[in-house]
Amino acid sequence: MYTQGLDQAGKRDAAARGEETAAQLDAFQARIDAEEKIEAKDWMPEAYRRTLIRQISQHAHSEIIGMQPEGNWLTRAPSLKRKAILLAKVQDEAGHGLYLYSAAETLGVSRDQMVGDLLSGKAKYSSIFNYPTLNWADIGAIGWLVDGAAIMNQIPLCRCSYGPYSRAMVRVCKEESFHQRQGYELMLTLCRGTAEQKAMAQDALNRFWWPALMMFGPNDAISGHSAQSMAWKIKRFSNDELRQKFIDVTVPQAEFLGLTVPDDKLKFNEETGHYEHSDIDWQEFFDVIAGNGPCNKQRLAKRCKAQDDGAWVREAARAYADKKAAAAAAA
Amino acid sequence: MSKQEWPLYEVFIRSRAGLSHRHAGSVHAADDEMALSNARDTYTRRTEGVSIWVVRSEQIVASDPAETAAFFEPAEDKIYRHPTFYEIPDEVENL
Repeated sequence: MYTQGLDQAGKRDAAARGEETAAQLDAFQARIDAEEKIEAKDWMPEAYRRTLIRQISQHAHSEIIGMQPEGNWLTRAPSLKRKAILLAKVQDEAGHGLYLYSAAETLGVSRDQMVGDLLSGKAKYSSIFNYPTLNWADIGAIGWLVDGAAIMNQIPLCRCSYGPYSRAMVRVCKEESFHQRQGYELMLTLCRGTAEQKAMAQDALNRFWWPALMMFGPNDAISGHSAQSMAWKIKRFSNDELRQKFIDVTVPQAEFLGLTVPDDKLKFNEETGHYEHSDIDWQEFFDVIAGNGPCNKQRLAKRCKAQDDGAWVREAARAYADKKAAAAAAA
Repeated sequence: MSKQEWPLYEVFIRSRAGLSHRHAGSVHAADDEMALSNARDTYTRRTEGVSIWVVRSEQIVASDPAETAAFFEPAEDKIYRHPTFYEIPDEVENL
């Protein structure tokens, strides 16, 4: 669903090993500048490879963990229709995670390694999934705002310089639009319902608005790793540019619902054509990233349990495959 | 963690009859049969395919990107293989 590019800064030591010549680096950058796609087995700077592995695997982990807040409501969806839609959406998130793991594996990292890093807490995933889903309207708010923010982020990634990642993103983006529209429609239905239902929708917007804005990552001024990712055309727009774009398109959608965006400084600037907004509470963002959000522990514990509970299935399938292969060899 | 990772399969999908199979991505599976159903669940949730091929990734034989120039060089200087190489007067039709 989403990539925040969380911890790419300060870890770019591989290139410094000196195995990469200036000529190689220049030739690589020339390919990037010519908008050529880089493919799996092509030569690439070690730092480019590592940046991508980190970003794509974080993105994959976000999709996988992202199934939990929504999965929380599967058994309590208010109608069979809503339940079928939510099931399909959660299944899509699993699919997105798998496309992305598959893309990351082309860079030479194994699936087990990536999953291991998630379960050990070493790898990060998007901050947004550490917030709880407290009422049914949260499912609408997630589709509308979280998937909406994800789309803003992911559309430019379809043009990312790394071929396998960009192709995975094209696939993801095609499916993401369903996610956002079902979420908005859910909100619309609540807003046209009883006063109590509309209040639920407002409550969901109040709680998800700021975390959704944080999904774009830190302000450009403090987001140190952006420049290199931009030069490599992994990233096409800055965090703040994308965030502004999201706010500009989303505020009118909230107005249509008759809901109030929880920001008393929000106002449209006629001159710039953009909305102005309050400062974001970055302390909250960094706390969540550091593992201290409302649900970090719960999310990871649940993922670890699922992995452990599935161990016998994986082993049994392996044993069955071995037995069949042995029988085929003997025949 | 499982002690041993399930093997990786590359997935190729024919989106409709008349088109060739095209690489979609990869899946892990314990065996061929599971690879097919995993590929179906992962890559064709919206009727994107009418046929799937899966093949163990380790079985793919690929050209080396580092050798691309040399490997494809024999085709580079044979421009006479293209119809535009031949100059035919405009008056000659149907050629």
